[in-house]
Amino acid sequence: MIKTNHMEYQKGMEAIDSNIMNQVLKLTNEYDYSKYTFEDVETALMKSWLSPDDYGAILSPAAAPYLEYMARNAAMETRKHFGSSVSMFTPLYIANYCENHCVYCGFNCHNKIRRGKLNSLEMEEELKEIATTGLREILILTGEARNASGVQYIGDAVKLASRYFSTVGLEIYPLNSDEYAYLHECGADFVCVYQETYNPDKYQQVHPSGPKRIFPYRFNAQERALLGGMRGVAFGALLGLDDFRKDAFAAGLHAYFIQQKYPHAEISFSVPRLRPFINNEENNPNDVHEKQLLQVMLAYRLFMPFAGITISTRERAGFRDNVVGLAANKISAGVSVGVGGHKNDEKGDEQFEISDSRSVDEVHEMILSRGLQPVYSDYIRV
Amino acid sequence: MNDKLVIGGHEFESRFILGSGKFSLDMTKAVIESGKVEMATLALRRANVGGEENILDYMPKGITLLPNTSGARNANEAVRIARLAREIGCGDFVKVEVVNDSKYLMPDNYETIKATEILAKEGFIVMPYMYPDLNAARAMTQAGAAAIMPLAAPIGSNKGLSTKDFIQILVDEINLPIIVDAGIGRPSQACEAMEMGVAAIMCNTAVATAGDVALMAKAFRLAIEAGRAAYLSGPGRILNYKAEASSPLTGFLED
Ligand code: SF4
Repeated sequence: MIKTNHMEYQKGMEAIDSNIMNQVLKLTNEYDYSKYTFEDVETALMKSWLSPDDYGAILSPAAAPYLEYMARNAAMETRKHFGSSVSMFTPLYIANYCENHCVYCGFNCHNKIRRGKLNSLEMEEELKEIATTGLREILILTGEARNASGVQYIGDAVKLASRYFSTVGLEIYPLNSDEYAYLHECGADFVCVYQETYNPDKYQQVHPSGPKRIFPYRFNAQERALLGGMRGVAFGALLGLDDFRKDAFAAGLHAYFIQQKYPHAEISFSVPRLRPFINNEENNPNDVHEKQLLQVMLAYRLFMPFAGITISTRERAGFRDNVVGLAANKISAGVSVGVGGHKNDEKGDEQFEISDSRSVDEVHEMILSRGLQPVYSDYIRV
Repeated sequence: MNDKLVIGGHEFESRFILGSGKFSLDMTKAVIESGKVEMATLALRRANVGGEENILDYMPKGITLLPNTSGARNANEAVRIARLAREIGCGDFVKVEVVNDSKYLMPDNYETIKATEILAKEGFIVMPYMYPDLNAARAMTQAGAAAIMPLAAPIGSNKGLSTKDFIQILVDEINLPIIVDAGIGRPSQACEAMEMGVAAIMCNTAVATAGDVALMAKAFRLAIEAGRAAYLSGPGRILNYKAEASSPLTGFLED
């Protein structure tokens, strides 16, 4: 198979007028975290608004001894912007077909796993079942396969979901802005796209084939989503896939520039780490241990204090409980990562292991026990 | 002395309005009680109507709800949220809040004026949250606002009266209750604003982030009362270059 140029748009992929990718790549390329000193970190931590360079400092190894201090500051910022609220949501996988070959993912098209896709009846059953837990926010996920789970199919899922939930988010393959507009019309308001790694060379290596291989098309997805009328966008790098500091730096800048260009956009971050996945037990999160993961979360919070930070069930309960209110203001609960699996038997295999399988009620109780307030609904569709 | 706060024909003893968005639900009640609060905001986007944990269940009886339109990015959205609030039984008061900026959360005065006009015509008692600009405040008055709610500093910042001079202009020029909303961080700042002639104080973060929220609510109540009393008593002027002697130097003039 002829390998496509990963930096070149392919037919059908909308190219928008934006300079953000070039800015982010340039600054990330220049980002040398080894040059920062304790002094740089201290200077950054004294400021009420951090510049991109300050952000680089607090993400650097020099900031490691300041983790406790950063945590105190971050807790204050989180409190200031979110009060005691912690939002709860759950993801629903409606399909797991995939056209890509991401070498780090067990779902890739070369792996023999059980594929499945919910029909509308099953979707409705799952949605109803989830709604009985009291949750009002849902994130709809598909594998990245336009053929198996097209925009129309996702749109139907969104329409159904918006009957039962006040907030519908999407974690799907990148679309053109008119397609985002269509899904927004169906009832979705938030779009989450992970760049995985912001290093184009590494990106190319780990995405040998499939539409996901096209780096700039993925990079500009958030912007196209906003142009399509979505209210909020989420960013994330798969920490551990490449140099996690550079990737976190780039993800932060990406969000920062989007915020500057679209001041109304609601920005949030996710912090996935590379984890063991189906058919590959050994894959471990390189050098991103909890300490590093926390540093990234604190840095996001201090750099963009108003942005949401979500902590997923990939992390263990003890870690999740402690970062809630500290940096994270949003948490998933009652998660099933197979296709379906809330009401019906799973129709497809699970993409990764979850480390925290607590129910909505259990997570609710945990939040209360930390003196915080579980929030089910923080959005009104108008 | 009968000194009541009157907004849209409704009378309130208390001049402490609570923004409820940042509290745990169980704290809300304690704060309302120790602050002797009579009016509290309610973010409609938080009202989990039909769900289990509903902030409405935690509002003591007798509290006047001030639903806000947080989440609205333009006038149309604010209007729709206000109508929804009325539909679910939150009454006629509405705090219009239009924010189109995720970083500083600055209110959009222009869209706020538009929303105020539409809602006032529909019979709402409209309390617009705004950046303290005299022209915008005049336009909101014209549009039918029942009170004007300028920010003292960026929301959640606890920075106090950063916009003091501009709020004073509103107090002097606008013939409606001026309620300082957002930015007040300490009771002393609330007191200072009240001394300036502001009609009421709204705060949220300052109480919600205190170590003992109920005690802080009480401190705010007392400070607001003190500031009001000082304002009513007409504070002695601070002497400037025109020192005033108590027996005037020009007292000898006869004709
Ligand atoms: S990460 Fe997504 S696109 Fe890549 S193989 Fe897995 S499911 Fe497919």
